[in-house]
Amino acid sequence: MTTSLENLMRKTRKENRAALIAYLPAGFPSQKGSRKALEVLAHAGVDAIEIGFPYSDPVMDGPIIQAAAEISLKSGTGAKDVFDTLNFVHELGLACVVMTYWNPIEKYGPQKFASEIARRGGSGVITPDLTIEESLGWSAATDAAQINRIYVVAPSTTDERLKAVVERCSGFVYAASLMGVTGGRTSVSSQAKDLVERIRSISQLPVAVGLGVSSRIQAREIAGYADGVIVGSAFIKVLLEAQNEEVGLAQLRELAEELVAGVREGR
Amino acid sequence: MTPSIQPEILGHFGPYGGRFVPEALIGALDELEAAHISAIADPTFQAELRELQLTYTGRPSIITEAKRFAEFAGGARILLKREDLNHTGSHKINNVLGQALLTKRMGKKRIIAETGAGQHGVAAATAAALFGLECVVYMGEEDTRRQALNVARMKLLGAQVVAVKAGSRTLKDAINEAMRDWVTNVESTHYLLGTVAGPHPFPTMVRDFHKIIGEEARDQVLELTGRLPDAVLACIGGGSNAIGIFHAFIPDTEVKLIGLEAGGDGVETGRHAATLTGGTVGVLHGTRSYVLQDENGQTIESHSISAGLDYPGVGPEHAFLLDSGRAQYRAITDDEAMNAFATLCKTEGIIPAIESAHALAGAMIIGKEMGPNSILLVNLSGRGDKDVQTAADYFKIDLA
Ligand SMILES: Cc1ncc(COP(=O)(O)O)c(C=O)c1O
Repeated sequence: MTTSLENLMRKTRKENRAALIAYLPAGFPSQKGSRKALEVLAHAGVDAIEIGFPYSDPVMDGPIIQAAAEISLKSGTGAKDVFDTLNFVHELGLACVVMTYWNPIEKYGPQKFASEIARRGGSGVITPDLTIEESLGWSAATDAAQINRIYVVAPSTTDERLKAVVERCSGFVYAASLMGVTGGRTSVSSQAKDLVERIRSISQLPVAVGLGVSSRIQAREIAGYADGVIVGSAFIKVLLEAQNEEVGLAQLRELAEELVAGVREGR
Repeated sequence: MTPSIQPEILGHFGPYGGRFVPEALIGALDELEAAHISAIADPTFQAELRELQLTYTGRPSIITEAKRFAEFAGGARILLKREDLNHTGSHKINNVLGQALLTKRMGKKRIIAETGAGQHGVAAATAAALFGLECVVYMGEEDTRRQALNVARMKLLGAQVVAVKAGSRTLKDAINEAMRDWVTNVESTHYLLGTVAGPHPFPTMVRDFHKIIGEEARDQVLELTGRLPDAVLACIGGGSNAIGIFHAFIPDTEVKLIGLEAGGDGVETGRHAATLTGGTVGVLHGTRSYVLQDENGQTIESHSISAGLDYPGVGPEHAFLLDSGRAQYRAITDDEAMNAFATLCKTEGIIPAIESAHALAGAMIIGKEMGPNSILLVNLSGRGDKDVQTAADYFKIDLA
């Protein structure tokens, strides 16, 4: 069985362009606002969505995603809301994955979590802090549910390890563009391209680049060599800083359209 | 079941431990593990560490028999292992000197550390000054207020102190911020973690630097009393002073190992930091152990009068010792700890850290259970100078 994500990556390859993948935490900017924001992203032409499972101790995230997670958690977001949001995106017709730190999966039960992702129309899960050494149960669970297992690799990842991690990925490989946490940067580090090339030399899997992407210029640059461009903090920042949700959603639309154009200018 | 002395395989203690970290940190953790393993086997490293322990820390730390305090502990013999007399005032220096030597060995020039009570931060800043390393200490904003004296000490020692304003603004958030710094600056920086938690190799490595506490104490108690103690008691924050004093006694199955957790307002109130007593199995800060968490796996904020014990996680080896039955863990409330604090001050002329007062409160309870013929070895992990303001507030001492 192929997932919607795999179908999408095949389609964008055929169209000779990169996919734009947007990240938003479930329950942000509010329970209702989250759905509106996702609709805006879908209508603007974003290709796929990562739903974040907001977590109390997000060590991979900078201040912007931390703030969004805190807002979401205060309003009581839990596993049920994450799955409902996933399903909402699925019904909008977009490929959708969940991005979560490991502990919420461990608490929910890895098998149950994976099968719920599949049942609600999700394509897979990105696990930024699950190492392959700890992933035996998760591999079995995701295989059984036939969903994609996406790991994040970093510029510091050795060749030997890169091979081992990439072998366990499906859907796409998440390449962290730099050494650091999430949050907008003004330029793309040269480490990103090197990492993508190293992955290409050992695997046919699509590669998506994330961390720090915030502008049309950056999206264009990355779309020149990667299969996917992942943007999170930049979208969240717009929603966080707007005077009200309505203004935020309008600005979100503008930014999304810019980035959608950016990924199409890459090649 | 009796656990083996070295239960860890690939950084695991039974189902606990391991590594749950971003891939970006794997290289640094591998490098650290290799440095630790080679240092253990390197006589030059060992000699250098030994020299520092003798001439800088002031090891071995002495044993003080607390005879007047014993009257409040059922008449049991109470032997205090005086880690409070170490340079910088707590056991934390043992680990810090070891890791600072490893930092040098790895050719890194910058250390970062988290701190709750400030004791680990002070120890880290001390080692940084001694070795000429740049040092940044992350401390929850709430803790910078509770432990202002230690903030000043760290600054005097040349460290930069960053008050962390995220989340609960305590130790767990300081660790998050230190991990973020590490992910960003991993090439130049060693994360000098202050307890036996975090991803492998930290739980094993930090234990190895603290196990000297129990090795010394075992010999000292044998010499003083002619036999092994009936029980060894220590407070549990992340668990480093406890694993340090427990470790040499693990094969002595007749010796009870008892960890005293921070019960805060009482475990039943939910306002506590008793992770092993009141938590469930989960992953926090890179390791699988017991965690205070809700049904979604979100960490629940801990509560304790003691900043050094105010942590919703605990080292994985303690989780293993609990499950295997080799150690037991009990919760001590804020009030019980402060009563023990006051008792030690007035009966022995020793002002303990409020963290260590939890172990003393345990001795007051367990001494009564075990009776006058028993011998209890208690780890006095730190001195209480830093807690004078907290104690003055608690006891409503007039400072005017
Ligand atoms: C004096 C003292 N004892 C104990 C602790 C708790 O840490 P651990 O459980 O790692 O020994 C601290 C932590 O700051 C401390 O300062």
